[in-house]
Amino acid sequence: MNLLISPSPHVHSGDTIEKNMYGVLIALIPAFICSVLFFGMGAVIVTLTSVAACVFFEYIIQKLLLKQQPSVFDGSAILTGVLLAFNVPSNLPVWIIIIGALVAIGIGKMSFGGLGCNIFNPALVGRVFLLISFPVQMTTWPLPQGFAGSYTDALTGATPLGMLKEAVKSGQSLTEWMAAGTLPDYKNMLLGNMGGSLGEVAALALLAGFLFMLFRKIITWHIPVTIFATIILFSGILHLCNPDHFANPLFHLLSGGMMLGAIFMATDYVTSPMTPKGMIIFGAGIGILTVVIRIFGAYPEGMSFAILIMNAFTPLINRYCKPARFA
Amino acid sequence: MSTIVITIISLCAIGIISAVILYFVAQKFKVEEDPRIDIVEGLLPGANCGGCGYPGCRGLAEAAVKADSLEGIFCPVGGAETMSKVAGALGREVKTEAPKIAVVKCNGSCTNRPRTNCYDGARSCAVEHSLYIGETGCSYGCLGCGDCVAACPFDAIHMSPDTQLPVVEDDKCVACGACVKACPRNIIELRYKGPKNRRVFVSCVNKDKGGIARKACKVACIGCGKCAKECPFGAITVENNLAYIDFTKCRLCRKCVAVCPTGAIHEVNFPPRKTETDAVKANPAAQSPQPTAPAENTGTLSDQTAFTATREKPETSPASATQPEITQSDAIPEAIGTIRENPTLQTREAVEKPMAQNEIPATRKMQEARNEESEKQK
Amino acid sequence: MLKTFRIGGVHPPENKLSASEKIQTLPVPEQVTIPLSQHIGAPATPVVQKGDTVKAGQLIAQANGFVSANIHSSVSGTVVAIDNITDAAGLPKPAITIRTEGDEWMPEIDRSGKVEHNITLSKEEIVKAIAAAGIVGMGGATFPTQVKLTPPPGNKAEFLIINGVECEPYLTADHRVMLEKAEEIIIGVQILMKAIDVKQAIIGIENNKQDAIAHLQQTASKVLGIEICPLKVKYPQGGEKQLIQATTGRAVPSGALPIAVGAVVQNIGTALAVYEAVMKHKPLMERIVTVTGKSVKHPGNYLCRIGTPVSKLIEAAGGIPEDTGKIIGGGPMMGRTMVNVDSPIMKGTSGILLLSRKEALREPVRNCIRCGKCVSACPMGLEPYLLAKLSMFNLLERMEEEKIMDCIECGSCSFTCPSARPLLDYIRIGKSRTGAMLRNRKK
Repeated sequence: MNLLISPSPHVHSGDTIEKNMYGVLIALIPAFICSVLFFGMGAVIVTLTSVAACVFFEYIIQKLLLKQQPSVFDGSAILTGVLLAFNVPSNLPVWIIIIGALVAIGIGKMSFGGLGCNIFNPALVGRVFLLISFPVQMTTWPLPQGFAGSYTDALTGATPLGMLKEAVKSGQSLTEWMAAGTLPDYKNMLLGNMGGSLGEVAALALLAGFLFMLFRKIITWHIPVTIFATIILFSGILHLCNPDHFANPLFHLLSGGMMLGAIFMATDYVTSPMTPKGMIIFGAGIGILTVVIRIFGAYPEGMSFAILIMNAFTPLINRYCKPARFA
Repeated sequence: MSTIVITIISLCAIGIISAVILYFVAQKFKVEEDPRIDIVEGLLPGANCGGCGYPGCRGLAEAAVKADSLEGIFCPVGGAETMSKVAGALGREVKTEAPKIAVVKCNGSCTNRPRTNCYDGARSCAVEHSLYIGETGCSYGCLGCGDCVAACPFDAIHMSPDTQLPVVEDDKCVACGACVKACPRNIIELRYKGPKNRRVFVSCVNKDKGGIARKACKVACIGCGKCAKECPFGAITVENNLAYIDFTKCRLCRKCVAVCPTGAIHEVNFPPRKTETDAVKANPAAQSPQPTAPAENTGTLSDQTAFTATREKPETSPASATQPEITQSDAIPEAIGTIRENPTLQTREAVEKPMAQNEIPATRKMQEARNEESEKQK
Repeated sequence: MLKTFRIGGVHPPENKLSASEKIQTLPVPEQVTIPLSQHIGAPATPVVQKGDTVKAGQLIAQANGFVSANIHSSVSGTVVAIDNITDAAGLPKPAITIRTEGDEWMPEIDRSGKVEHNITLSKEEIVKAIAAAGIVGMGGATFPTQVKLTPPPGNKAEFLIINGVECEPYLTADHRVMLEKAEEIIIGVQILMKAIDVKQAIIGIENNKQDAIAHLQQTASKVLGIEICPLKVKYPQGGEKQLIQATTGRAVPSGALPIAVGAVVQNIGTALAVYEAVMKHKPLMERIVTVTGKSVKHPGNYLCRIGTPVSKLIEAAGGIPEDTGKIIGGGPMMGRTMVNVDSPIMKGTSGILLLSRKEALREPVRNCIRCGKCVSACPMGLEPYLLAKLSMFNLLERMEEEKIMDCIECGSCSFTCPSARPLLDYIRIGKSRTGAMLRNRKK
């Protein structure tokens, strides 16, 4: 009999990378269903292409370039694929998605050494690359019309944030503009019945995913809640100072990639800090940067940039935010 | 037009002011440093391996410039050639030292040393050593997790897939001693490289009594002392049931190899032996004692003891200072960590594979095969 | 709301299979091997010679120095060897081997079942009696008890905390002792209170042992100053610092001893041993060991002589099951695996756990995904992922800065890691190297 010998502990919780990754994927299902309901087959095509491309590139790079045992079924490449798809318009041409997947996996993840080694969130690296390289395609937002519209030539329009930016630029008073009814009302914003990237619109579905992940202890509350709180606080102060110039906090919370970013992108294990204190600083940084970019920057949406910037600070935060020591 | 002029003038003014400030600051905070340190550092290999015992090449250069003589300062990587250059640059004399190489003193392959249990912890010899006896009945021999492989900065040491023992590549090893420090069981020793890489050594470190050692491993040294009696040069001593060949005295006559009852004494890179008479006719040189090291090398015996002392206290070595500071959760250390783990990454299949099935030829056979090859090439 | 310690902790499945099994007395083995080093500190010096006849309870090895413990024969018979034996880890260890002949005990030992209530000895006499009996911490740390009872000058104990937590999964020895020997334990606690001169004792018990809590509460109700404190089930509650925080709310500072906050912690088994030593003059020569495992035929709690081979104990529980992959001395979180099942039961062996191959085999190691679960599981508020990495690179100064010496080696980090990284394996090595560096620096 060959006895096994190892140092303690001799039992394990049974938690695995797969359980966490697939847990996040399950949490994304409600948002995906909403997206299919609003954007039709486009959402399905874009998501499937993105996932397939990410998995394919990861496999090829691991097998041929790094000569490793491919580990594509740990779920991380699938998750990157889904998150990348959720961050692009649902009518994006397939070839652009494939380029995005290559950048996300190849540059965003594998060039740093694969799972756990990347500094920036791979899906956001891909998304930002596409946004800068293909600004027209990436900002042509299809309007929600269910299965009525076809994939390629759907009716397009601006996102609420885009409209807001235009309104501010043209010097209108926001209170009047909001009252005029050009914007979707809050109920529709909550449900996701508005223009935008395919996974970011349905705030309620994303919140349901957040609760699921909290329940399964995949993530902690710190990052998303701090982001929400900072955004409400910061945009709230600005709104109170000048309601004609700055939109109200609820609008900021429900528009754009706010929910998706705060719940699913910022909480990415690899690129977020490890300690609760660090997570709060990280979340506050994202919140402030997002509002700054949205209000004062050239882009209508700032979530992805804010997360990427804070990703870069994560090692520094980890270095200086130590957990509460015993005594 | 005036805009351009103003721009140019203001830029020039800023430049001049900055230059003046920089000049005074540089004067004020000037650090006096011996310019020879840079010269000596330039002569060194620049691998920063720490093999000399100083924190990197600059550390050695500073020490060499500061010290009155170069005694005790030696770059194992650059060897005598580099040291003579350094001595020349500093106008000092240098002691030449015969080139050394790391020698793995364990031959406990799966066939020689049966596995009695299965280690399932972190793939690190240090961890395994601190935990228990190891996968075999020998509490002295190689653990096979490859700490030496991970420690080698020159990629000169690898785990043999057949024997699960580390194998040193003669042409890559520079005797920096990193593996010696890394090995928790002290089975690696720096010995003279020998003429044509020919070496004779006891490939065992087991200090148990003969019976116990033999029970744990077929090729263990049982401390019988036959080799010590046979040695015409008094190079072999037996202490704590273990024979040791002093490489400063050994003349590579190989008489000990023949008398060892367990085959614990290894000869490497020698031409294959034929029958006694054939060998005398064909290769008389091999029978006559070969001088290995220059005569002035008797002083290395003290080096040897000093070396043993460092082995016993690895904590006191300045190795930690030579290691690059890693920043918190940087991507790069993670990558290194991955490389470290992957070669020995333990899969379930590997653990569950019965050890008895591994039919493994002894290293000796491999070495003989290699000898034959090298002979053919000649 | 039940009390517990503040940060970190995990919930391993409890698997207390033998909780309802009464303590059985194991027959005296034909031969015992009693190691000279069963405690933290210097090994004891033998005072018998080969060929000597000894009685059960006779001193066979004398404590060697302040931090050391006496060792007594656990059987009557002849000393057949004083030599190295192979210990559980396969390494040679000095031990005294005694062949059993009959079962004659030292005459002064009171073997009747009568419970003695009157503590007549003085404070100093109690400590002396405990030292003479060779009592060590029975929870597994095996720190000589008399050393803990003599606080360094300038420190005054305020509480006695008794560890009845038994937070390790599978183990039930302490649980059974609390149920079956409650009266003796309470007297043992009173003796310990007298020895360190305190008026208050707290017995911390995890809430999964409701019957023991109720039973002890009832028994202790007659005695002034002993409080039973039910605790929330959370590993590693039995850690000294964690237990002090859980019961009193005080936090022992980094690098300090429990006495710094006025606490002295003793195990429930130690309290029983103290009772027997002081009131019955019986040295530490027996202990209660849980033999358990999912495939074990009769998991149970056995009273056995120190020096009994582990294999004998496993035989009593139904033999080694077919699928056994790991035999562990202690619990699954902090126990040590055994290579040699003929090694003896020692003073600190609280259990023998047989895990099946399937249960015991570790998952393949993956990349760290920096999920931070180890950080939130660490009961000392350390960063295990970082410490493990620093240990791999042997950066001793950095490890010291990151408080590696505070690590209690509870294994919560390795337990919780989704990448199955052997964090504690590396941390332990780093800790011992850093410790060596610190000792060198002091010199």
